[in-house]
Amino acid sequence: MQTLIFRTAAPYLTGLMLMFSVFVLLRGHNEPGGGFTGGLIAASAFAIHGIAFGVPAVRRALYFHPMAISGFGLFAAAAAGLPSLLFGVPFLTGLWMSPAFFGMSIDLSTVIVFDIGVYLVVVGSFTSIALALEDREHD
Amino acid sequence: MEAVFAILVGLFFAAGIYLMLSRHIIRILLGVVLFGNAVNLLIFTNGRIIREVPPIIAEGLDVPAGAVVNPLPQALILTAIVISFCFFCFLLVLAYRAYQEIGTDDTDSMRVAEPVDDGLPPMGY
Amino acid sequence: MAVQGEIVDKAAAMVAGPIASVDWLVIAPVVLPIIGGAVLLLIRHSIRWHAVLALVVLVVMVGANGLLLQRVLATGPVSMTMGSWLPPFGISFTADVLGAAFSLTASLVAFVCCAYSLRDIDATGRRYGFYPFLMLMMAGVSGAFLTGDMFNLYVWFEVFLISSFGLLILGSDKAQIDGATKYAILNLVGTTLFLIATGYLYGTFGTLNMADLATRAGQIGTAAPLMTLATLYLLAFGMKAAAFPLNFWLPASYHTPPVITGALFGGLLTKVGIYALLRTLVMIFAAERLVLAGLIGWVAVATMLIGALGALAQSDIRRIAGFLVISGVGIMLAGIALGSNGGLSGAIFYALHSMLALSALYLLGGLMRQRGGSFSLHSLSGLYGASPFLAALAFIISLAVAGLPPGSGLWPKVMLVRASLDSGAWQIAAAILVSGFLATVALGRVLILAFWREAPGDKASSDKTAAAGPMSAPGCSALVVLVAAMLAMGVLPEPFIRLSTAAASGLLDASAYIQAVFPAGSGS
Repeated sequence: MQTLIFRTAAPYLTGLMLMFSVFVLLRGHNEPGGGFTGGLIAASAFAIHGIAFGVPAVRRALYFHPMAISGFGLFAAAAAGLPSLLFGVPFLTGLWMSPAFFGMSIDLSTVIVFDIGVYLVVVGSFTSIALALEDREHD
Repeated sequence: MEAVFAILVGLFFAAGIYLMLSRHIIRILLGVVLFGNAVNLLIFTNGRIIREVPPIIAEGLDVPAGAVVNPLPQALILTAIVISFCFFCFLLVLAYRAYQEIGTDDTDSMRVAEPVDDGLPPMGY
Repeated sequence: MAVQGEIVDKAAAMVAGPIASVDWLVIAPVVLPIIGGAVLLLIRHSIRWHAVLALVVLVVMVGANGLLLQRVLATGPVSMTMGSWLPPFGISFTADVLGAAFSLTASLVAFVCCAYSLRDIDATGRRYGFYPFLMLMMAGVSGAFLTGDMFNLYVWFEVFLISSFGLLILGSDKAQIDGATKYAILNLVGTTLFLIATGYLYGTFGTLNMADLATRAGQIGTAAPLMTLATLYLLAFGMKAAAFPLNFWLPASYHTPPVITGALFGGLLTKVGIYALLRTLVMIFAAERLVLAGLIGWVAVATMLIGALGALAQSDIRRIAGFLVISGVGIMLAGIALGSNGGLSGAIFYALHSMLALSALYLLGGLMRQRGGSFSLHSLSGLYGASPFLAALAFIISLAVAGLPPGSGLWPKVMLVRASLDSGAWQIAAAILVSGFLATVALGRVLILAFWREAPGDKASSDKTAAAGPMSAPGCSALVVLVAAMLAMGVLPEPFIRLSTAAASGLLDASAYIQAVFPAGSGS
């Protein structure tokens, strides 16, 4: 897929999709969306980048190996349940805090950490599947 | 409405099982995909099909304001779809590798792990 | 349906007070390997640390499982529902004696296999991810033993299945890819059947919590299609447990990966199928099991005999072990068919024994390969002269697997034979004895040919000495640990018999299990 139009449009498309994936991830907190959907969008962004510029370009752009991203996501998701131990509530109970930044209160919770973990697991594993399949095409 | 879906699920199952009975890996894989989708539809139908609003609780309330659809079957289906998708990706790559390495996708001639002329163990010294 | 504006009492759905921190033992054997596997994925290039970290996590797992079993034996089943929801809204993890004992034995076997792998898995295997896959497989196996939710059980099945694919194709030679294709497709069909049954289960009961299901199964009446559900579960888990006639994926694949993977699979994975059968057919669908008992009995007889006959016809040690796994599955199914306390405790004891013994048999094959240079009985010979130590271990393992004293296989078979004669199922008693005899012949032939047969002259042995070498020290010590555990089970069986009787009583009378999940005493 070395067409000029595609190669010109792909970086913008990738950037937009990555931004949209983060939006979907954060929106999933109270409305439809979430880590899984967001992760799929991000993984397809990397897949598009891979189709336009080749798999090595994606690996360079990602910096971390996709499986390491996945591993970090799994770690974050499992670790999100651990603060419950300190508070004497069952595993994976949502714990909330509302620190104030510049006079504006922001709701932070272990739930969002879990969701970000899911996001990273999905990004990592589906990107590595996509890259493996794209690599195969050029054998 | 459930009756229509039940028939549809039955058709999916029939087609999936028919394809899985083939000797060729690629047809078996297509059968597996149909089989998985049949199960997803089955769980969906089991959650009862009604025309109601999504199960999202409005701001300031603790329970939904009116009748909503049962969200649990959809959560189950989402999990099942993810798992079967990963499975299918793996199987696709595996079948391709098997075709490259063994040179066939006919299960009858895939006898590398269990050779035909394996022979009996020695009967004595 | 609450009207808008009405005040809702959240205490009906959420845990109000704090929970005891010992309850965390229920979740620890699952969370630990997940975190361990995640960290291993993160440090995937520092392969020197992989084995160390995996060993540490497995030691902590064994400890946590030990404490959990101790607590379950002392105070009854322990339950924790995720996310502070009350059951059946949240996903429960419930450990009773059965789950805790299986989980402890599984983590012990995994620890021993991990110790064996120190020398067996080379840098390529580590870089490919042997240890992360091992960790995630153990998370799946422990999760399946400890979960109290039917759909969650399905998820853990898939977790250990996907990790087992990774382990199975580690190295990617032709035979492995061939075996893995059959293993993957047939196991996928098996778990899909499990999912179908669970979909129907939810449609029928409206709940997936096992304690809730056990309460309602007796009350729901005859209109519900419980018989269909029980049969579907028997089919799905029978496939996973490699019961005849659904066993053909096992001998096609278990001998292809490195022996260490075979040891893990042969020891643990079929037992998860047996555990799931015990949980569903005995605890939830007790009445339907009674109807199916005759069928399960004949399936058990066929599985035992086919497995033992298959073992007789093989010349590769790993394939002999694969068929003996199948034969053992038949013996455990016999206990499920009998359904009496004696039969079930025999089956549970046999499962604990079989996790140790079959892993030991695969590891023994690995050591014989290291010392003798081959897996095949055609070329192995003179091992007694080369290593009397290995011969002694092989002798004890063969006795244990065949069910002869002083090995651990004797007592569960005694319990099962007595239980089947008590209930007049003579065919099951006869099949247990005949399959034990055939297994003795198959393993005796291994001993005679590989150990006692004199090594041939220089001409034939020159090509195989190239592959032969000294045995690895971690491998030997791992096998010694397993053999010591099997001898302890065989010589001092009382505590194990008490343990399996307690596990069987907990299945037959689920009131303590239900009480642990629903402390108020009523279903939802």
